[in-house]
Amino acid sequence: MAANPMSQFDVYRIGPEIKVGAFDISFTNASLFMIISTVSILLVFNLGSKRNSVLPNKMQLLAELSYTFVAKMISDTAGSKAKPYFAFIFSLFMFVLFCNMFGMIPYTFTVTSHIIVTFILASFIFIGVTIIGFIKHGFGYLKLFVPSGVPAVLLPLIVVIEIISYLSRPISLSVRLFANMMAGHTMMKVFGGFVISLGLVGGWLPLSFSVALTGLEILVAFLQAYVFAILTCIYLNDALNLHH
Amino acid sequence: MIKKIYFQSIFFSFLFFKEAFAAESGGMPQLNPEFWISQIFWLILTFGIMYAVLSKFILPKISNNLESRKSQILENIEAAEKQREDSEAKLKEYDEIILKRKSEAKTMFNQTREKALKDIMAKKEVLDQQIDDEINKAEKEIEVLRVSAPDKINKIAIETSSELLEKLIGSGVNSSSISAIVDDLSKRNGDKYYGN
Repeated sequence: MAANPMSQFDVYRIGPEIKVGAFDISFTNASLFMIISTVSILLVFNLGSKRNSVLPNKMQLLAELSYTFVAKMISDTAGSKAKPYFAFIFSLFMFVLFCNMFGMIPYTFTVTSHIIVTFILASFIFIGVTIIGFIKHGFGYLKLFVPSGVPAVLLPLIVVIEIISYLSRPISLSVRLFANMMAGHTMMKVFGGFVISLGLVGGWLPLSFSVALTGLEILVAFLQAYVFAILTCIYLNDALNLHH
Repeated sequence: MIKKIYFQSIFFSFLFFKEAFAAESGGMPQLNPEFWISQIFWLILTFGIMYAVLSKFILPKISNNLESRKSQILENIEAAEKQREDSEAKLKEYDEIILKRKSEAKTMFNQTREKALKDIMAKKEVLDQQIDDEINKAEKEIEVLRVSAPDKINKIAIETSSELLEKLIGSGVNSSSISAIVDDLSKRNGDKYYGN
């Protein structure tokens, strides 16, 4: 198991098989880490919002800094109209961030390294943003595909490109997060395997690489959560404030 | 089942590198659809619950906390500003009072000084008058004494010289001749003794 760098992504059943109709919804290690992440988020932010002192304690400071960080991110990219979606983007950012970070602990499972998870999140965002766009602007939302100031000759081509780029949003969004997480964890596993195979003499080089990679991966874990959230904000901005 | 295969085929086309891993490790576990439904189910469940709890209970509390802190800080700043203004006004008042009292003290001092000077001048005048009187009186007495002094001296001189002559000669001498001599002498030396 340890030799295979992909085996860390294996999903296996914990407990009995649960079937609803034809669907297998058994509790797996992925479910376990989803629950761990969400419970940690709720715990941290519940502790951080419990007491309201003028001089915040550490937990309160953490919660309030996260709140203002996400609030600023949303207002900077999507403006004040995006306020009703703050809770969703906050949850999304925190969920992805906590899943990524829990994945950095050895012997844990990274929920976001599974394409199905990121794809469901991304397609939910895509569908939601499209619905919001059509509710806000009606069929005028289709103007998104017709950029202003483009020569009429190029218009058919541009519209096709815009539509393709719009439709590829959920795929790019989900694959970006999934591929980053998977590649990073695979690399760490591979270097970890080198440490073992090269032994006490030659193992130090891959070990130092592994240490550096851990730092890099923690950065990537934060960055990808941030990118995921900020792209959601940008898509939301397109739907709320039609600029084209 | 058809849905699963459909999804899988999409990802196969995007993830061309799948083949590279497939060769040595039997593929990516991510592309094994066995637990996809389970993952979707648990993702929706956990994320949904988290979203509901965060948006209903926790985030409003945090925003409330932030708002109340902001307003409290603003209030405190306002109160501090007000107190500062108050203290400035008080300081001004204090300065004014000090200034007023200072000028009052100055005028009082001046008044007292003038009064004292006047008193001193009056007393000095009285004293000067008294001193002048005393001096005049003394001068008069001296004048009287000076006028009467030569006569007395002459008298004494006559008596003394007559007695001396009596002792020397043994017989009385005409007192009128002696007095003539004494008068003559005293007139000659009078200037020397009395300076006038």
